[in-house]
Order: sequence, then structure tokens, then C-alpha cells
Amino acid sequence: PPAQPEHVQQTDLASTLAIGLGLPISRNSVGNLILPVVGGKTMREQLRFVHLNGFQLSRLLQENIPAYEKDPGYEHFKIAEKSHGNWIKLYLEGNNSEILLNLGKKVLKQYLEALKTLSSSLSKQVAQYDMYSMMVGTVIIMEVLILLLLSVPKALSKQAEFEVPLSPPLFSLLFYLMCLMLCAVHVIVCTSAESLCYFCSMSWLTAVGVMMLISALMCGILSAVAKILENYRLPPKNPVASSYSWSEIDVLILAGTIGHVLSLGASSFIEEEHQTWYFLINTLCLLLCQELCRNNFLLKECDPQHSTNVKQNFDSIGESSKCKNIDIPAASNSKLGKVTSSSEFIKGSDKWISLATPWIILICCRLLRSLNQTGVQWAHRPDFGHWLTSSEHKSELSLLAAVSLLMIFFLVQRRCSLVSKIAMALGLLGVYSYRAAIGNVTFPWQHGGKDISKGITEARFVYVFVLGIVFSGTKDLLKSQVISSDSSTKSTGLWEVYSGLVLLAALLFRPHNLPVLVFCLLIQTMMTKYIWIPLKFDAAQITIMHYWFGQAFFYFQGNSNGIATVDISAGFVGLDSYVEIPAIFLTAFATYAGPFLWAIHLLCYLSSEVRRNSAAVGHGCFCYALMRSIPVAIYVVLVTGLRYHLFIWSVFSPKLLYEGVHVFITAAVCLFFTAMDQNHSYKVQ
Amino acid sequence: MREAEVRRLLAANLLCALAIVLATLGPALLLDGFSVLGTHLTWLCICSVCVATLNIILHLVFKPNQSPKRRSFGHKISRFLKCCIYFFMSCILFHAIIVLYGAPVIELVTETFLFAVLLSTFTTLQCLCLLGPNIQAWIRVFSKNGAMSIWESSLQITSVCTILGAWFGAFPIPLDWDRPWQVWPISCSLGATFGYMAGLIIAPLWIHWNRKQLTYKSR
Repeated sequence: PPAQPEHVQQTDLASTLAIGLGLPISRNSVGNLILPVVGGKTMREQLRFVHLNGFQLSRLLQENIPAYEKDPGYEHFKIAEKSHGNWIKLYLEGNNSEILLNLGKKVLKQYLEALKTLSSSLSKQVAQYDMYSMMVGTVIIMEVLILLLLSVPKALSKQAEFEVPLSPPLFSLLFYLMCLMLCAVHVIVCTSAESLCYFCSMSWLTAVGVMMLISALMCGILSAVAKILENYRLPPKNPVASSYSWSEIDVLILAGTIGHVLSLGASSFIEEEHQTWYFLINTLCLLLCQELCRNNFLLKECDPQHSTNVKQNFDSIGESSKCKNIDIPAASNSKLGKVTSSSEFIKGSDKWISLATPWIILICCRLLRSLNQTGVQWAHRPDFGHWLTSSEHKSELSLLAAVSLLMIFFLVQRRCSLVSKIAMALGLLGVYSYRAAIGNVTFPWQHGGKDISKGITEARFVYVFVLGIVFSGTKDLLKSQVISSDSSTKSTGLWEVYSGLVLLAALLFRPHNLPVLVFCLLIQTMMTKYIWIPLKFDAAQITIMHYWFGQAFFYFQGNSNGIATVDISAGFVGLDSYVEIPAIFLTAFATYAGPFLWAIHLLCYLSSEVRRNSAAVGHGCFCYALMRSIPVAIYVVLVTGLRYHLFIWSVFSPKLLYEGVHVFITAAVCLFFTAMDQNHSYKVQ
Repeated sequence: MREAEVRRLLAANLLCALAIVLATLGPALLLDGFSVLGTHLTWLCICSVCVATLNIILHLVFKPNQSPKRRSFGHKISRFLKCCIYFFMSCILFHAIIVLYGAPVIELVTETFLFAVLLSTFTTLQCLCLLGPNIQAWIRVFSKNGAMSIWESSLQITSVCTILGAWFGAFPIPLDWDRPWQVWPISCSLGATFGYMAGLIIAPLWIHWNRKQLTYKSR
């Protein structure tokens, strides 16, 4: 009867393959040789193989564990090595008897046991995590998230206040007690830590600072909870029935956020996160189409007072396109009333363009989807970007780049001042010359044979224009802060800063990715003009839509959740060699250009909405911070729970790195929002 | 009167659900090598045809919204042709939406189109049977409080459940489990079918549960 097949570890495959191919075993491998694979070899060779494996494992042990000599696996290995030495002596004396064979088998068994023990101590060591530092980090993140969540009702109200109250003396006492307790815990953990601990290795001043931060946040949370409980006990001052009914878009936003956050627990969904975002964007566009149809073509019998408040519960997607045909008031044989559209709604040909807008956005997203294949499962399939960047299609690429740069100019220059327009045009020309200089595209009058340079002059030329436009915008912003009644200077200033950043993105993007930038600007323009302003969404919904589009555009650029897709050539644009700080900044900007540009556009849009809703920028900032914190906090908890998962280093950790950098960028964006917010209500009592 | 109508609706819906079950299990006896996952396109065709025939037969038998006016034969032919055109246009529209959601444009066209046909059978065909090729009536039915009879409420619920089922059916696509039911368009079409069947069962129950609140305006 066939014996039960033995179970082997996945890590054993590497060492077995190496030995079978005659190659050295990789340094960090923790596997054992699967002995039956080399069962046909002579005893001497088998012993040599297991000795090699043991030697590699003991070297790895030496590197990782300071007290390696006391490890039982190491001791067994040394004993087995000595027996192996004795066996070799007997073998060389020419003794070929049964005794030699039995002794050889015994040595082999000793070796195998030693290997098993070595493997298990190494695996235990490798899988040891610095739980103390991880806990400290998680506690800080969760405290910030809870504080943001507790402030939601107040922050999204009309006053847009975000208070971190620390006043009552009781909480001051609690604060000191917590600090003392955390210091005591820190001392205990650090003096008894056997392995390396990052938090313990920080200087005492930093550690005390971190503990004070934790205590302060905890006191803030407790006082916010106390205040909420107080509000519940007291009767409400003005019992206004808050009849906030959920529209389909609110349901989608909530469901989409929760669904996306939960999907971060599955490695497949992290690898294919772009599919999640494209799916959500598509559904959002279809729901926007439904909202537009409803606002445009609502047939009803009741009086016009309710015309803007009726919400449809059921709609079929197939019906939305047929909406265009029913703009006839009374020509049907139904007994329903006239078509009523709200008086502030756009009429005429604008109406048809606004109805077509979600479909145009859907087509743009579908085209961008086939431009860059990202993810892991379908990354090998050819995409349009590959076709463009191959060397026989350089003329098509050049044409596409030129047309894209032209369209970027037309989309961005509308709200700029004259000087900025000229600077923008020259800057975009400089971008094309840079790409021609380094050989990605060609000028039409060149037909090969031009030398390829690093394009440093052209790139620095464009940098000068970028800085010029950004400075001109900043000057306008500072002017508007001083003369606080002039809102048009402020919007122009913000738009100029935005166009400077667009120019920088156009320089850093690869030429086949320029359509991504074009479509980004096009979608923003169309949605502002035809959807957001007419449908009067509030600041929170607009922020979330910007955030979703920003995330989708992060993946449209060709990024993914793996480290291999980071475009590090962006860090060398205009630089002779590697200079650390500019390279880091340029690479980060090029990678996160999608979310960053959408965030700045959000700021431009909300600032221009200040007339209608004075707290719009504050709401937007708070919402953006909250939308970013929720996935990060939940993801940190998920990764901590999944730290022994097989894909922890290949899938989950790179995503953590991406999230970390994105949080930095979000913090910078929120600071910018706060600086632009005229309606400052940030008080720390 | 109302109770009798709800029971008729329940019977009709259960017949539709039965038709789908028959379309799934029946051909396995008649055809060789038939399975829902293996020969999925065949199953899509059979299922759509079964549900379509059953719906048309039910409509002709029950005639829930028949107007008393006698129509000429020519009028009936033109109505029939209009229905066919609307059905075809709805298939094209569903196909376009599915391609915009990410289905390949040039490859797997048959699969995508048959999935669109299935979705149209579950949603548009019901509208056509019940309300006729009358867009205003469709808009009215699919707005809030626009349903004027139990059949129209049932239509609302089954259409929404079908679309939601197809939407949720897209979730397993990015997973790398390499299962046969993750091939396009099996998971979405199965989701749509389950949604439709769930809607068929939920609709009479929901109407029965809310029979006191539902007040239908008289025509």
C-alpha cells in the first residue's frame, strides 16, 4: 500500500532546488533539504548535501541571533558535524562494510534533526515582531481616528468647528497620571526586552513626547465623549426635526467606503485595488446620471413646492437613457402632469451636454483603463501604453503627446492671468522639448539621428516656469489674505498654483501618460460646470467624490500596490545625478500626482463655493482627513492581525508603505486647506 | 379583491422562478454535456427564452393592465414591432454599460451580449409586457410612489433586485481563486439570476407586509 505522502514546508523548495541544480543555497532561506529527492545519490554525497544546508542555516542563525551558540539546533548541528567527520575518516580508510552504512544513516538522521531544529528557531526568530512599537503606533492612529469620528457632528455643522477640549482640571490630572503610567510601562518593557525594540531605541525625550501625545489624545477623546453624553441628557434647545433623507449617492458613498475598507483584508483585493476604485467610479457616474435625469425630467402631479425634494427610490438603469425622449409635456396618453424643472436649473443645449457628461466621463475612464494595465493578475496583458512606448510607434506617441499638451493648455488657461498663460504655454513647449531631447518623442522636422542627452537644460527651463507660476499664484493668495474682501484674486491665485502643479506633473509624467492628465482636467472641468454646480451637492459629498476620483487616477497613471511600479525616473528629471531631497520630492509628486491634483482642485472648487456655504473649505478639509484616516487605521489593524500571512511582505507591507506616504501628502494638503480657510475655527482651549 | 390579486402575483412570480429552475435543470436531461458553468452561453440563451416566453404567456393570460378599448390589428403589429425595437435597444444599452464597466471591447463579445440579453429579459421585458412600449409610463413607474398597482410594485422590486444582483456578482472577479465560476460572465449572470429570483419572492411578501400603507391612486 502506498504510504501517506509526507508534508514539506514551502520554504524547503528553495534549498532543494538549489542543491539539485548545484547552486549555493540562498542566504536567507530557512528551509531543509527534502532528502528523498537526492535519495539516489551515494551516502557521502547525501551527507555532504545536508552538511551544506546545515552550514547555511547556522550562518543565518549567527547573523540573526546574538546568542547563537546556545541554540539547541546549533548544538545538534555541531555534534552531527563531528560524527560526520568520524564517518569521513572511516570512509577514507576504505572501509565499505555494513557498519559504515549504518553509521552513515545515523549521521544522516542526526543532521536531519539538527536541520529541523535550526529551521524552526530561525522561523520563530524571523517571525518575531516588535509588538511594543507596533502597539504604540496603532494606539496613536486609532486615537486620532476616534477623535475625528467623535467630532463628525460638530465639524460638519454650519460652524465647522473642530475642538480638542482639554480644559477641565480633572482631565489635567488624568493627563499627568496617564503620562506617568505610560512612562512606567515604557521602562518595564524596555528593560526586559530581549529583542530589538524600535521605540526603546529612541531617545528619552522623544519617547516622553510620544507618551504625552498619547495621553493628550486620550484625554481629548474622553472629554469629547463626556460632552456628547451631556448633550444627550439635556433636552435639545431647538427641536428641529432633522429630516435628512439618504439619496442613492449617499448610500453608495457609505457602502463604497465600508466595502473598500473591508476589502483591504484580502490580498487579492489589495493586488487588484484598482478594480475596486474603477468599479466605484463607474457606479458613481451612473448614479449621477440618474440624479441628472431626475432633476431634468421629473414627471409628477404634485405642486411645484416639492419639486426639488422628491427623491426616487427605484430606478432602472435601462430607463435613464430613455429620459432624453420624454421632454414633451402633454403629448402622451398618460394622465400625468406637466414636466417641471426647478427654476435655477440650466436650460437649453446645456441640458443635453449635462446629461451626456456622466457618459463622457465613463468613456474617458474606460479609455484610461486600457491605457495602463496594473495589478498582478492581468498585468501581462498588452495595453495601449505598451503599444505607444514601443520604438516603432514613436511618431504616434509624439502626436499624442503634442495633442495632449495642447489640450492641457486649453483646459488650464481659462482662469489664469495673462502672464501665467504665457508662462504655461512656454512651459508646455519646454516639456515637449525635454521629452524630445531625451528621445521619447520626436519633433516632426527631425527624422532620427539626433543625439540623446539628459535634457537637463530643457527640464530646468520648465522648472523655472513652474516656480514662476506657483509664486505668482502665492502672491495673489497672500494679497487676498491681506485684502480679505477680494475673493476673485483668491480663486485666481489658487488656480494659478494648481496650474503650476499641472505643469510640473506634465513634465514628470511619461509621454504615454499625458492623456491621463488631459482626462483628469477634462473630467474636473465637466463635472464642475455640469454636475456639481447645478446639482448643488454639499461639501462633504463633493470631497468624497474628489477623493474617489483621486484614488482612481492614482491607478490610471499605471501605479499599483507593488513597489515595482514606482517610476523612479521622475526623480532624475533635470538633475545630473542623484540628489536625495529633490529626487524624493519629485518621485513622490509623480507617483501621487493623481490624488494630489484632485485635492488641490477640491480646494479651488470649495473656495469658489464660499459664497454659497461659508464653511465649505472647513468641511472639505475635515472630510478629506476623515476619509484618509479610516482606511489607514483599519488597514494598520488588519496588517497587525495578518502579520503571519504568507503574503505579508509581498502584498501587505508595500501597501502599508504607500498608505504611509499618502498620509504625509494628505497632511500637507490639509495644512494647505487650513491656511486657505477664511473661516478659522480651530480652537484648542 | 386585494388579497386575490396578491395571490395571483405570488403564483405568477413562483411560475417565473420555476421556469428558471427548469431552464437550469431541464436541459441537463435532454442535452449531453450541458452544465450551467460549462456551457454557460447555452444556459443563458435557454434561460432568457424560457423566462421571456413565460412572461409573455402570463401577460396574455392575466392581462393585468388591459385597457378596454379594442385595437386594430395594425396597431397591435406596430406595438409589437416597437416592443422588439425597445428590447433590442435595451440589450445594446446594457452591453454598452457593461463594456464601460470594464468588459473587453473586442474579445468575449458574445458572452457580454448574452449577459446583456439576460439582464434585459429580467428587466425590460417585464416592463414591456406590463406597461407596453410607453416610455412615460416606465418613468412614472420607476419614480417614488409612482406604482399604480401591485404588478407595478412587483416590477420595481424585481428590476432593482436584478440590477443589484448583477452588481454584487462582480465582486468575485478580482479574486485569484481560479474557479470555473469566476470566468466572465458567469458570476455576474448568476448574481443577476439570483437577484431576480429573490425579487420574485420578496415582492409579494413585501406587498403583503405593507398592504395597509400601500394606497394606489386610481387611474
